[in-house]
Amino acid sequence: MAVRDPGERLLRRRRRVWSYLVLVGLAVFFLFPLVFMFVSSLKPDGQILSDLGGWRAFLPLGDISLRNYAGVFDRVPVGRFLLNSVIVTVAIVGAGLVVNSMAGFAISRLRWTGRGVVLSVVIATLIVPFETIAVPMVYWVSQLPTLVLQHGQIEYDFGWLDSYQVQIVPFIANGFSVFLFSQYFSTIPTAIDEAARIDGAGWFTIYRRIVVPLSGPAFATVAILTFLPAWNQYLWPSMVVQDESLRPVMVGMQYFFQDNTAWGEVMAYTSMITLPVLVVFLGCQRAFVSSVAASGVKG
Amino acid sequence: MKRKSLTVIVAAALSATVALGGCARASQDSSSSGGPGEITMWTHSAGNPGELAVYKRIIADFNASQHQYKIVQQNFPQGSYNDAITAAAAAHKLPCLLDMDGPVMPNWAWAGYLQPLGLPDSLINSLLPTTVGRYKNTVYSAGYWDAALSIFARKSVLDKNNIRIPTVDKPWTLDEFTAAVTTLKANGYPTPLDLGAADTGEWWSYAYSPMLQSAGGDLINRGTMKSADGALNGPGAVTFFTWFQQAFKNKWVDNAGPVGNQRFIDNKVALSYTGVWNAKDALAAVGSDLLVLPPVDFGKGPKIGGGSWQWGISAGCRNADGARAYLKFSFQDSYLTAFADSQVVIPSTASAAAASKYFSDNGALHQFAVLSQKFALARPATPGYPVISSTFEKAAKDIMNGAAVKSTLDTAVQAIDTDITSQNGYGF
Repeated sequence: MAVRDPGERLLRRRRRVWSYLVLVGLAVFFLFPLVFMFVSSLKPDGQILSDLGGWRAFLPLGDISLRNYAGVFDRVPVGRFLLNSVIVTVAIVGAGLVVNSMAGFAISRLRWTGRGVVLSVVIATLIVPFETIAVPMVYWVSQLPTLVLQHGQIEYDFGWLDSYQVQIVPFIANGFSVFLFSQYFSTIPTAIDEAARIDGAGWFTIYRRIVVPLSGPAFATVAILTFLPAWNQYLWPSMVVQDESLRPVMVGMQYFFQDNTAWGEVMAYTSMITLPVLVVFLGCQRAFVSSVAASGVKG
Repeated sequence: MKRKSLTVIVAAALSATVALGGCARASQDSSSSGGPGEITMWTHSAGNPGELAVYKRIIADFNASQHQYKIVQQNFPQGSYNDAITAAAAAHKLPCLLDMDGPVMPNWAWAGYLQPLGLPDSLINSLLPTTVGRYKNTVYSAGYWDAALSIFARKSVLDKNNIRIPTVDKPWTLDEFTAAVTTLKANGYPTPLDLGAADTGEWWSYAYSPMLQSAGGDLINRGTMKSADGALNGPGAVTFFTWFQQAFKNKWVDNAGPVGNQRFIDNKVALSYTGVWNAKDALAAVGSDLLVLPPVDFGKGPKIGGGSWQWGISAGCRNADGARAYLKFSFQDSYLTAFADSQVVIPSTASAAAASKYFSDNGALHQFAVLSQKFALARPATPGYPVISSTFEKAAKDIMNGAAVKSTLDTAVQAIDTDITSQNGYGF
């Protein structure tokens, strides 16, 4: 074992200190918006605005209370909105993982005529911004058949507006997720499939027993990249959900922007709805970093 | 095993199809109203507990007063309300009763979203003119209140700077106003005036087009509604926008936030051009020193914007008689007064104003009712208004940022006229 001379050791220590200082500086920089949000949620509107010009904006000084949080509950059914967002997001992420991974598997592993064209079409869907197709989609979903329980009898009707499924189903199939899965699956050697086929496994067994267990990073990446837009949905539910009891959290943001904006309550509300996202991110931090590194995808 | 699973799936799918074909359709009604006599009503008031409480009271009273109709209320946040209406119209799912911002009404009437309101003339005639939405001489909407803009000031500040306090009968002239802001800037207010220029969207047309009209310009030629040429780029418009640009250049005013009246309350600006909705807080902060001043006369008499949220009935409403019965019921003075006092807005009838805590003759905010009666001018009742408004906002912001006044206005006129031509004159 080589003995390092004290000068080199000191140099290495200095470098480490400097790198930590830079990292701490960056961490503080990125934490500022969150700190501002939380601290402002404890202040009255006038104080938030008057503190904006200096460091007091980031410190819990002055008239500090939980009044804004109480105000949020008076104005918005926040519990209901959170529950709705959890239902919609979990459904989109869960169903999306199954559907998109199966589609990716079919494109990358199965040999069938036209799969190249299908993959091109799937990729082409990424070019079209959602805003351009939102209104035609509203028309389509308003014409879709649905079953309803009425007077103890199952009846049918038309129109998916004002429902959970209208917030979930259009977002399960996702071109980017299909593309990402297909790319990741294509890195798994096909020899494994051939061996499994010889052992009598069908395609679904190969997908479920071999490909899925080997594709953890791809599933983690898709789950995270699907979670955020699903949680942040605003335009679509604004257009298709009329019943307040079915609205997700982001639509609730607009409740605070009246003739005058209740900034303290806005900050309290955003603190409350950011918390689940932070918890998910912090809980899955390792998986997120490793999956991004493994799949080579940036969010 | 695999084949069995497949068989089960196919059988289940077939059963579902057969069941779907065999079961009855739940409702043949494509309107958004539910059961018989049920009338759906959409408001933009989600997140506004004061306003919702009054609606709740009206609906409860109406539903209890008869058994033929039942009003079902759904509330939307204001910011996403128009998106919801557009989407519902595309899906033919508009509710029977819907509220709308006054200047948008002609566009919705032209697009076929609305039917004539059909309320009795006696009721319509009792309302402030700016609370009644007319398109091509037909009433499509009516509102419970109007808003009004004014200039907030402190009496002590004007007295200290020897600035004349303007009255409704003798408002500030443009020269007087310019002299006042110059004096205030020289005496301790780095930016003496808050025009609310940090705000965006409809505020720009609502707040600044009355100044344009006061200077002799307009958003469009109201006689024909077919062109903005000569109105938005004529001499009056150039006069106003030249002053507007100068006001920012000389730092009499800026476009720094926050939106609202906080800078006036904190005494960081001496004059604040803002709305009645900020008056209650200003009164609480400034007390009897608060002055609610009339708008400036830019040459053709003072003007303020009129027309706030109003109610209409959708074209496809199957219970239009019920919707009318509800609206007629809802225009009782006691409800108008309740809206006025909870929202601090001007009631649409004189009798409701007389009963109001704020807007009666002795009320602290009575001046707003006077300003509304004397100076309010509705925005042009044309379906092209949304384009006019966004074009005006863009032009005004460009001028604020230093663009050449006349050529910017000419470009705006061209954009507005092109839109009108492309829509075959919007029926005018």
